Amino acid sequence: MNGWRPVLDSLRRIHAVAGKEVRQLLRDRLTFGMIVGIPLLQIVLFGYAINTDIRHLRAGVADMAHTQLSRTLVAEAQASQVVDFVVAAPSAPALEKLLDDGRISVGLYIPPDFDRRAASGMRPAAQLLVDGSDPTLLGVAQGLAVMPLLSRDVGAPTKTPLFELRNYYNPERRSAVDIVPALIGVILTLTMVLFTAVAIVRERERGNLELLITTPVRTSELMAGKIGPYIVIGLIQVTIVLVAGKLLFDVPVRGSLVDLYLAALLFIAASLGLGLLISTVAKTQFQAMQLTVFTFLPSLLLSGFMFPFDGMPRFAQELGELLPLTHFVRLVRGILLRGASLGALLPDVWPLAVFFFLTMTLAILKFRKRLD
Amino acid sequence: MHEDHAIRTRGLTRRFGDFTAVAGVDLAIPRGQVYGFLGPNGAGKSTTIRMLCGLLEPSSGEAQVLGYAIPREAEPLRRKLGYMTQNFSLYTDLTVRENLEFMAEIFSLPRGARDSRVHEAMQRYFLADLAERRAGSMSGGQKQRLALAAATLHAPELLFLDEPTSAVDPQSRRDFWDRLFDLAAGGTTILVSTHLMDEAERCHGLAIISRGKLVAEGTPKALMQGIDALVLEIETPDPQKASAALRGEAYVKSVTQLGTRLHALLRRDTAAPVKKLTEVLRQAGLKAEVKEISANLEDVFVTVTSFEGDERVAPRA
Repeated sequence: MNGWRPVLDSLRRIHAVAGKEVRQLLRDRLTFGMIVGIPLLQIVLFGYAINTDIRHLRAGVADMAHTQLSRTLVAEAQASQVVDFVVAAPSAPALEKLLDDGRISVGLYIPPDFDRRAASGMRPAAQLLVDGSDPTLLGVAQGLAVMPLLSRDVGAPTKTPLFELRNYYNPERRSAVDIVPALIGVILTLTMVLFTAVAIVRERERGNLELLITTPVRTSELMAGKIGPYIVIGLIQVTIVLVAGKLLFDVPVRGSLVDLYLAALLFIAASLGLGLLISTVAKTQFQAMQLTVFTFLPSLLLSGFMFPFDGMPRFAQELGELLPLTHFVRLVRGILLRGASLGALLPDVWPLAVFFFLTMTLAILKFRKRLD
Repeated sequence: MHEDHAIRTRGLTRRFGDFTAVAGVDLAIPRGQVYGFLGPNGAGKSTTIRMLCGLLEPSSGEAQVLGYAIPREAEPLRRKLGYMTQNFSLYTDLTVRENLEFMAEIFSLPRGARDSRVHEAMQRYFLADLAERRAGSMSGGQKQRLALAAATLHAPELLFLDEPTSAVDPQSRRDFWDRLFDLAAGGTTILVSTHLMDEAERCHGLAIISRGKLVAEGTPKALMQGIDALVLEIETPDPQKASAALRGEAYVKSVTQLGTRLHALLRRDTAAPVKKLTEVLRQAGLKAEVKEISANLEDVFVTVTSFEGDERVAPRA
């Protein structure tokens, strides 16, 4: 019976630290607002603003040929809805001027000998001038360039494309469907790391730690009590993003919710571990915030949330594999969009567990119950 | 096995880089006493206290606190220690009751006893009316009572107080010291640091610390009687001119002005001091009434902290 006493005391101390943390959180309006506000704001911003599905680009045309065929080309391009021809330019230099001035993002130049070029197929029949300062526009233009009329098979009676492209999982090609699930990870990375990073540093700054470390509370108990409430907050945020994603963007949930929450739990733990590690290194809250941003940016850029992971250079990919967000983005897209089970996604599950274990161990080792 | 000293140190030293904050301090503090550390700011009082409660590791030297070797056995010691930091270190965004309940849980007070202990503490330290007030919105004196209540909630055997009255009015200070003697009467050993003479004078035992060194130790009374100087009080219409005249004499160690009076500390071996001073002042054209008086604690403090390098002046009682 006495053997249980230390365990019970330990649990009581963890409970006391966690309870105190929750009380403080509820009284800190700004932080509490951030718990709900950050997910909502981000989902609206990212969901509506990021749209890789580009339509209605302002375009100009300089038709030097004035033939039946050239008019068909313009009409087809217009029909694709990718471009809207808003100006007609009298010459190639005039078209370039429009592009330079930023009045159009795409210019179509049809040379006087367009018909002959199109028939011979030896040289490109027409030219697309693209504002290359925006990389996504370039991609769009490349898509336009392979339109049947612009390629060589003008004379052919039927236009059979070489490949038939079928878009799985996101047939309407809506960006929100890709972005919102991964956004869960981005939001958790930001809030979880920040909250925990600041949590211990704040106690140090306010002098609470000087008192706390003279008490019987152990480092591991302090850490456990600190992260407990944030795990719950993290799960609340997951729910907010899921519900908002469903209501605002009709993001599907094809896999099991249990799997999703388990994956989120693991990712939250990994993020909290990182936050605690930061809090043992940083001396002030300001430093803790800087360090958080320092880890947040690579996560945002290298995780496959912003740019396709497969398109990144090898070095960046290897760096990305070290970040928890990379694995979580794969997990959450897999579960929500492809309906995969957590069991099938094990290669992205264990790195999160390892990351959590490593950061927690380092944080506990690094945090001394001393002032020096 | 009974250890009758709450704290024993030998050669306790702490360096921060090139700076030696505490240099070879030897202490033997009996149980059940209110023991004071007197010294100017930056003398090393806080650093010593922090080493004794395991917050800082000594650079060298030994310390035994309640029989535990510090810092090796700091963990088991923590249950028996109370610590009141120099700056308020409870949670300003929690109420009085919440802060006390938090500390009760951290110290694993028995569940049944917890609420009654918290209630009792609030009564004893006049906090009952403030139970639901957030600590951050209270006055200096109220915060100090809360800090003491929190530090003593688990009935520690040893209580460290680091300049506890720095942000408190005189009335609250007197009340506070009454509470300390209550605790000491109950068997708690109290180590309190201060730079205030009236507080130091109330302690059972006193260590005067200057520039990291223990320069004098004993009961306040013994320290005052054993002072290595003669104390003369001079009443004169022009104390500033008199002060300037006295400072030129080799046997005058220091002169302090107290309103219209002067306190002069003279070398102990000065013969016929009253006559000597009266003569010096007469030659300077000053009328003065000089008499020898007994030393107060401030005289002791000035004596032991001002002229190191002179002969050693610490009386050890």
